[in-house]
Amino acid sequence: MTEVVIAGIGQTAVGEHWDISIRELALRSIELAQADAGGLQPQAVYVANMLSTPLSQQAHLGALIADFAGLNGVEAATIEAAGASGGAALRVGYLAVASGQVGVALVVGVEKFTDQVGSTVDAALSTSGDSDFEAVQGLTPTAQAALLMRRYLHEFAVPRQAFGGFPLVAHANGASNPRAMFQKAISLDLYARAGMVSDPLNMFDVAPLADGSAALLLTRPELLPPGFPHALVRLAGSSLVTDTLALHDRPDPLTFHAARLSVERACRAAGIQPAQLDLFELFDAYSIYTALSLEAAGLAQRGQGWQLAQDGQLNLNGALPVATFGGLKARGNPGGATGVYQAVEAVLQLRHQAGANQVPGARWAMVQALGGPASSVATHILERRD
Amino acid sequence: MEIPRHWRLRKQRYGLVGEVCPHCDAKLFPPRDVCPECGQEAKTLYNFSGRGEVYSYTTVYEAPAGFEEVAPYTVALIKLQEGPLVTAQLTDTNGEQVEIGTPVEMVTRRLRSDGDERGLLVYGYKFRPILQQLISPT
Repeated sequence: MTEVVIAGIGQTAVGEHWDISIRELALRSIELAQADAGGLQPQAVYVANMLSTPLSQQAHLGALIADFAGLNGVEAATIEAAGASGGAALRVGYLAVASGQVGVALVVGVEKFTDQVGSTVDAALSTSGDSDFEAVQGLTPTAQAALLMRRYLHEFAVPRQAFGGFPLVAHANGASNPRAMFQKAISLDLYARAGMVSDPLNMFDVAPLADGSAALLLTRPELLPPGFPHALVRLAGSSLVTDTLALHDRPDPLTFHAARLSVERACRAAGIQPAQLDLFELFDAYSIYTALSLEAAGLAQRGQGWQLAQDGQLNLNGALPVATFGGLKARGNPGGATGVYQAVEAVLQLRHQAGANQVPGARWAMVQALGGPASSVATHILERRD
Repeated sequence: MEIPRHWRLRKQRYGLVGEVCPHCDAKLFPPRDVCPECGQEAKTLYNFSGRGEVYSYTTVYEAPAGFEEVAPYTVALIKLQEGPLVTAQLTDTNGEQVEIGTPVEMVTRRLRSDGDERGLLVYGYKFRPILQQLISPT
């Protein structure tokens, strides 16, 4: 198989971009990625987006964004897999370059939540679940996570405050990320006093939705421009796996089955074990998802994922750093763009350009994006090539 | 308006009609035509009893469009007596504390409304606690 490298990265700040439209937002990260890659010109554009149709009244982002970026005439399409859209688009970009059909692929994730507010956004988000049998009962993605967390606390007799360890790590790392939505560390005491969102989920168990855009340029090593200035990062493993949309259709809702398969397949392709990873950009849309993702990856026993956050193992200098730039919780969760942000951040780590957030000597990174409660799971393994 | 979508689900919404696999006897709700247990065709209709217990539950305060009037509401996963889980709102709790394991039964209630006076009213199943004396008369 042809080797695929990430030649360029770009990202905007995550937050409330009232002043620019979805196409302008996308263009900003595209320009940054192209400059980072020494001006590489893509032949294909894969746009990761989740909800532009209901929230921006705009479908057909592939052609729109390609045109707006001055790339009229290239191959382009939108890739949608709910919260995993960014990871799924990276998978499509990887396949395009690895197959030899495309020399340079641009993967750009973009999401704009702030053009709508309140119940309209909640209704749009609920379409990622089973519309006929979940959303019609008023179930939202946040309520799905709350159902899982309550059952988890019940089955494994976990102390409620134990989940505070995850947002603590995320916020500590977000404090030194200038693009993060929240750049402030929090305390366990603040976590314990936080208002309830959907019991037992409190405010700090839920990542904030926000606008953002991130971009990646993928290519083959031989197509890199002369004098390419960065350490090379290759995509060593790539996997996209599905499970039921509805929690009620699963034999065991507390197992993220697709996440387990996705990690296995990506790691097998890369020839490594999860224990060898230097960092894991996991999908902490809800703190319960962090625990279930760690368990699915085989990094913790069933019912014990919460323990990893208790003794510093997930910190930047721990055995397995996660959410190294704040994760979804502190950097923010820009929907379909989130999976692309995760990959951009992993590239910064592997190039050793992460500044105050650097994981020392990072060589292997895993990034994983979840759509719904791991109904779609995209996992990628990135390796620094020296 | 989505009238056809809700109309074609009327057996499920009003009668909790699922399917039973003729090959391995697995009970399926919602109906899905291909049995997830054995992979064979499963299109035989099956009437669920509508009884079960609470598997998990939470309260929704920030309701999606169409549900603002009933917020806050409790939504749950119900473990049906016949095996499957189903997602449904809890109702008629009369302020009593619901817990994991609380026995519940299906009732028909209004699920959502599309707003204006010409909007669609969607009815379907919810679940309510079964009074303890009805389960084990003393």
